[in-house]
Amino acid sequence: MSDISLENALSTPTSRRRIRAFDAVVMTLLMLALWQAIGSWTKGVAVSPPLQTFVYLFGLLRTGMFWDHAAATLAAFLLAFGLSALIGLALGLIFGIRRFAGEVAEPMLAGFYTIPKVTLYPVVLLVFGLGMSAKVAFGVMHGLVPMTLFTLGAVRNLPPVLIRTAKVLRLSPGRTMLWILVPACLPDIVNGLRISFSLSLLGVLIGEMFSSQRGLGFLLVNGMAQHNVPLSTAVVTVIVVVAIAANTLMLRVGGRTARRPNP
Amino acid sequence: MSPPAVTEPSHVVLNEVVRRYEGPPAIHALGSIDLVLRRGEFFSVVGPSGCGKSTLLDVLCGLVRPTSGSVQFEGRELRGEVPDGIGVVFQEDSSMPWLSVRQNVAFGLRTSELSQKEITERVDHAVSFMGLAQFSGHYPAQLSGGMRQRVCIARTLVLRPRLILLDEPFGALDQQTRLLMGDELLRLWRETGATVMLITHALDEAAMLSDRVGVMSARPGRFIDMVETGWPRDRDSRIVSDATFGTVTARLWSSLRAESLKTMGRAA
Ligand SMILES: Nc1ncnc2c1ncn2[C@@H]1O[C@H](COP(=O)(O)OP(=O)(O)OP(=O)(O)O)[C@@H](O)[C@H]1O
Ligand SMILES: [Mg+2]
Repeated sequence: MSDISLENALSTPTSRRRIRAFDAVVMTLLMLALWQAIGSWTKGVAVSPPLQTFVYLFGLLRTGMFWDHAAATLAAFLLAFGLSALIGLALGLIFGIRRFAGEVAEPMLAGFYTIPKVTLYPVVLLVFGLGMSAKVAFGVMHGLVPMTLFTLGAVRNLPPVLIRTAKVLRLSPGRTMLWILVPACLPDIVNGLRISFSLSLLGVLIGEMFSSQRGLGFLLVNGMAQHNVPLSTAVVTVIVVVAIAANTLMLRVGGRTARRPNP
Repeated sequence: MSPPAVTEPSHVVLNEVVRRYEGPPAIHALGSIDLVLRRGEFFSVVGPSGCGKSTLLDVLCGLVRPTSGSVQFEGRELRGEVPDGIGVVFQEDSSMPWLSVRQNVAFGLRTSELSQKEITERVDHAVSFMGLAQFSGHYPAQLSGGMRQRVCIARTLVLRPRLILLDEPFGALDQQTRLLMGDELLRLWRETGATVMLITHALDEAAMLSDRVGVMSARPGRFIDMVETGWPRDRDSRIVSDATFGTVTARLWSSLRAESLKTMGRAA
């Protein structure tokens, strides 16, 4: 974070922490107020208001049914995210190091990234059938490309002078990779992980909505189908809270790894 | 690092070295260069921008192979690898943004087999030698350009190289600091007994620091003049007030003027 920001110019270091906390509280209150407004406006047909939702949610959290669905989503998500991260990292490194392969692959990946992947869902179902593997495949379809592109970009933007330094210090290829390539690319890799996290979760949930009898995505659609508005709202709330928490955590980690002169 | 058995006085020998970059467009960047660096001498290279000075450095340390010709370091021919005993400070900032100043400096010794105590001593010494003691916990992003360049110099010093190559290391510094850093560089050179090749665009800096200055032509760079300064080994920036200093600088400028005009696309 730069020191020459408008925010810093208009505040003192001691007040800044308080301002941040204040901002967070205000934002949360605003969201809740908006939520309440939509809830009352639609008379609870689309969204149930916050208080009612939380009451419902606490009841829900005490049922085994909810945790079964949550566990199903978690398992599919972890698999999808893990596969996206590992394969994306490997592909990104290969495409980044092999310039030519990267030049061929990048536009294709970027093109795929922009396709609304729901349109490919029937194909996925045909290939993987209903159930776990289709959900995971759909999660990977969403999460893999950003991870690959971020890693590829990081490797490609590695300052050549660092590689020259490695050669002058007579580092082996393995050590060059471990001591220079990986730490230099780490901030971008963490960003890739962050995006990949969100998108593979999204992919898994969409998968569950369309073709599964298990998982939070299914629970959400089911709640809607049965006009159980508090149920669907509660599920969305859980997903949003978990996603925000994970994202914040990764932003923190990412900020810590980034110590570059000019971001 | 054992002292080399070689006793002959020439430390580096370049024989008809030419370097071309394969295009497009193909560029003849350097040469032909014949050059002998004497063991322990302070040699500087001046020349117009883009004439091939950095290319000369790359070839001389073994980072890139010459298109033709040969480079010998301590009697052995280089074959596309940087040999042990050469330290290089590049023109670009090569500090590692994810490491603190101290860790950056220690990076050079990560593969060394020295004792931990010896490593700590060398790092401490290099950090304070370069005036970075107060900043040892800082990260490069928190330093000025000149300070980052000093981190890179310190990282090279801990290796105790027998040949030190510096590519415009003071480019980011103001004139006063430059003079003082020049003094430090001389002190270092005297203390370590290393051979130094310094690339610079400042004629006065070359004249003040060097035993010998090579003047390069516009691209493709060749040496068009070699100026022996005749300074005593024990010298510092105060020699700028010496009468010979003016003579040396004037000679460098008269050799360079025409070449510099060429690179600007004007007739001499
Ligand atoms: N990797 C490269 N590929 C193609 N041409 C190059 C490459 N590196 C340098 N050149 C060309 O070779 C010539 C010499 O470059 P070099 O960097 O050695 O110049 P220099 O004397 O160090 O310049 P400066 O004083 O500006 O640093 C330049 O004209 C440049 O265009
Ligand atoms: Mg240069």
